[in-house]
Amino acid sequence: MNNVKMTVNGKAVSRDVPDTTLLSEFLREDLRLTGTHVGCDTSQCGACVVHVDGRAVKSCTTLAASLDGADVTTIEGIANGGDLHPMQAAFNTHHGLQCGFCTPGMIMSGIDMVNRFQADGKDLTEEAIREELEGNICRCTGYHNIVKAIEDAAGTMADMAKAAE
Amino acid sequence: MYETKYHKAASVQDAVAALSGASEGAVLAGGQTLLPTMKQHLASPSDLVDVRGIAGMQGVTVGDGTITIGAATRHADVAGNADVKAHIPGLAALAGGIGDPAVRSMGTIGGSVANNDPAADYPAAVLGLGATVVTDRREIAADDFFEGMFSTALDDGEIITAIRFPVPTRAAYAKFPNPASRYAMVGVFVAETGGNVRVAVTGAGEDGVFRHDGMESALASDFSVASAAGATTSQEGVLNDMHASAAYRAHLVNVMAERAVSKAG
Ligand SMILES: Cc1cc2nc3c(=O)[nH]c(=O)nc-3n(C[C@H](O)[C@H](O)[C@H](O)COP(=O)(O)OP(=O)(O)OC[C@H]3O[C@@H](n4cnc5c(N)ncnc54)[C@H](O)[C@@H]3O)c2cc1C
Ligand code: FES
Ligand code: FES
Repeated sequence: MNNVKMTVNGKAVSRDVPDTTLLSEFLREDLRLTGTHVGCDTSQCGACVVHVDGRAVKSCTTLAASLDGADVTTIEGIANGGDLHPMQAAFNTHHGLQCGFCTPGMIMSGIDMVNRFQADGKDLTEEAIREELEGNICRCTGYHNIVKAIEDAAGTMADMAKAAE
Repeated sequence: MYETKYHKAASVQDAVAALSGASEGAVLAGGQTLLPTMKQHLASPSDLVDVRGIAGMQGVTVGDGTITIGAATRHADVAGNADVKAHIPGLAALAGGIGDPAVRSMGTIGGSVANNDPAADYPAAVLGLGATVVTDRREIAADDFFEGMFSTALDDGEIITAIRFPVPTRAAYAKFPNPASRYAMVGVFVAETGGNVRVAVTGAGEDGVFRHDGMESALASDFSVASAAGATTSQEGVLNDMHASAAYRAHLVNVMAERAVSKAG
């Protein structure tokens, strides 16, 4: 057993977990944050993507014990009260989901790519979005609307970043 | 996953001690290969020794004609590092083409090199550039390090602490990714360093990464796309599996070499 202390969606949490507990299990079973989905459990599908210290990672391929002191954000932590995050709103507007199983991972990966491209001052083109989505699999939508949603949200997020300056 | 004991090492000495005290210890770096393997019950280390908290194993340092990358440096951090981009852009581009963004934000250079997957990208750069693998106890030349599929010169409990690359005159990598896994169906790293040309091929060899002698001499006499195209690639020892036949892979070796030479300029 390991005592793990993390900040999850802005709240301090502390739990005793077995050494083999995955971050995905810790979030879903210990914290009951079931928005993070487990699609493949073999590190391929990206449904389990969350942010750890500001980077997108596959929570099914990360040990909770290794994250003592980490700052974790899940799909439950991105809306501002009743206001959806621009990435969530764009998925809604562009119909970027059907069954919704891949959506939490798509949204967390989408936010991560927008943040990285904006930090590097690079243009997030449609081609770049498709390349960046390499690790996120969707069995329903055919990706077109997901790509449109991320492109749209990237614009909104850039405007918000400018407005905040 | 079978039971295991997790340790976070604060120093290389700490990690070496934890490994030697374990019945079957394993280094844990990014976990992007080891954890999936453990989940499939293909590995069951008694102890995991996490090296990511060791300050001396992180980051990039520029030396006299060399770039040294700490073994626990993540793929995304190599891809984005200004010194790597300035001195060995082909290496930065290679790191930026591994897997997907989430894999690149966890996976490390040391883990990739220690694992020596026959389709992994980094082994091609390490062998192609003639890098040196630095461990807790010695330095191993790339030519002596890779010993065949998933096999290296590392002893039990030996830890890679850094990889030291000579800065080449020109170098580049081109890969034809397997469309499903993004690992290399074939990847070719070409480098010219101090008048010496090296060509390393990953994804194609039954024994993992290898140097392509014929291509090296062709490029040494004329570093051009035409020489890369003209060199003969034997199908002997070339992988033949459900992803591609030996003939297809051997052909891809020349095509990837042409692209790498053209990128290297
Ligand atoms: C979906 C997916 C796609 C991928 N695509 C690619 C790809 O396109 N190209 C590619 O090259 N790779 C790819 N990988 C593999 C990825 O690059 C891994 O990160 C890498 O192979 C292992 O690095 P790691 O840091 O995660 O090591 P770990 O998984 O932690 O360890 C791997 C092995 O190395 C040992 N080890 C780790 N660090 C050290 C050290 N410092 N000293 C000694 N031994 C050590 C461990 O004990 C273990 O045996 C992919 C992985 C996934 C999950
Ligand atoms: S559940 Fe983690 S990648 Fe599929
Ligand atoms: S919406 Fe069903 S898997 Fe993507």
